[in-house]
Amino acid sequence: MGEAGAINTVISLFAAIGRPVISAFATIGRIALFALTTIRRALTPPYYPIRLLEQLLSIGWYSLPVVALTAAFTGMALAQQIYTGGMRFNAQSTVPAIVVIGMVRELGPVLTGLMVAGRVSSAMAAEIGTMRVTEQIDAMVTLRTDPYRYLIAPRLFASIIALPLLVCVANVIGIFGGYLLSVYKLGFNPAGYLEMTANILESDDIVMSLVKAAVFGFFIALMGCYAGVRTAGGAAGVGRATTDAVVWAFVLILLSNLILTVAAFG
Amino acid sequence: MADIPKIELRGVSKSFGAKAVLRDVSFAVAPGEAFTIIGGSGSGKSVTLKCILGLMEADAGKIFVDGEEITAMKPAERDRVRAKFGMLFQGGALFDSLSVWRNVTFALTQGRLKGGGELRKIAEENLERVGLGAEVLDLRPSELSGGMQKRVALARAIAHRPEIVFFDEPTTGLDPIRADIINKLIVELVRDLGITAVAITHDMQSVEKISDRVAMLYDGAIVWTGPTADLRHSGNSHVDQFVEGRSDGPAE
Repeated sequence: MGEAGAINTVISLFAAIGRPVISAFATIGRIALFALTTIRRALTPPYYPIRLLEQLLSIGWYSLPVVALTAAFTGMALAQQIYTGGMRFNAQSTVPAIVVIGMVRELGPVLTGLMVAGRVSSAMAAEIGTMRVTEQIDAMVTLRTDPYRYLIAPRLFASIIALPLLVCVANVIGIFGGYLLSVYKLGFNPAGYLEMTANILESDDIVMSLVKAAVFGFFIALMGCYAGVRTAGGAAGVGRATTDAVVWAFVLILLSNLILTVAAFG
Repeated sequence: MADIPKIELRGVSKSFGAKAVLRDVSFAVAPGEAFTIIGGSGSGKSVTLKCILGLMEADAGKIFVDGEEITAMKPAERDRVRAKFGMLFQGGALFDSLSVWRNVTFALTQGRLKGGGELRKIAEENLERVGLGAEVLDLRPSELSGGMQKRVALARAIAHRPEIVFFDEPTTGLDPIRADIINKLIVELVRDLGITAVAITHDMQSVEKISDRVAMLYDGAIVWTGPTADLRHSGNSHVDQFVEGRSDGPAE
């Protein structure tokens, strides 16, 4: 290999690393700009309160069954695992403490976030993506209506409001699931279990749980709407947008959870 | 004042990446004129309309509406100019989550759900203009046939009484009889409402029925402009090939 060949190899190596890095930064920039535009436009009229209520209903209310089931099953499984694991060093009595901390700090927000992302990010991407490819969004602009205000902002704010409410429900049901399993299968004293739960739980835990929920809610709607708006290429494009929305919402939820956990509890 | 064109493009260019979609496109449309842009698929017809509407930004060149340069405008001013436009989209682009009458009156409330009775009346009037009765008011767009959807979309495009209406392939996907009904409606609307019309189409029957003047786009550039009557003896090989629908000629 000559000198020129070697230089070319090095250059193409840098190019191979650089290209995806640059495009990743460009994507992050576009998503941030999209979020900022939505928030800025949402502050000035016209407002769409009915669209917001519609989205609250579809994100919050209709996610309740799946969130409740997830939380109940996880709370129970958690209690069983801690009991069995704790037996090895005689720490069975920590079940109520670990269930409450595990649910409120981590599993409640994360599992709710993931379940709602699966339901909602995909639905938003599919709906907005279909509107994009059938020119409904262009039509909206020609009808003097701002898609950011009409379509995106209600979804974003509804999601930020709904997620903390859902996480509250998930936390309570998860703790109660752990309680039921502990009392009826593992033989815990009901009053003692509840007392220990109440003693361990601090208000900071609850605040952090709700902060996480709101952040996840933001990412769920943001990725659903962003993927939807950028849809191109017919039915296949809508399919891609739906998948992208869910995958990116999952990644962002788990990444932001790690960052928030380390920042708050590390 | 009468000399100011309703719409004027001067040297408009637009590329997607390395692909030039519009190259130095210039034309002017007089008030009340029905102007048609013809050209094959991918010749840049839709992009031209989208640039005028501000749905896309032109890379170079200037666009004027009523003598005002919209390519240099701030978003708020652009909104004001955009109110002069209505557009009939190719697939209708009706909002499938809303009833027909909410679709028709969408621009009047900017999508807010208010003003029940009065707005229904406005919707009814506009639907009547396109030959539809009050029975469709509460239907969803998905419950209508393709031809009816197009008519509802037409009613929606004119409900806020725009001065300029764009028609994107108004007859595509319709049978010849329904296509003719839509052509007649367009002619009536232009005449009765004093609208300036710009249509893009590759349907030659439609071109000859609705337009006063025609421009031909080929590969992003305007290759011919003239009155509709001259279309069949334009002396331009691109136009001849298109008008006669031949596969052999300057365009492959």
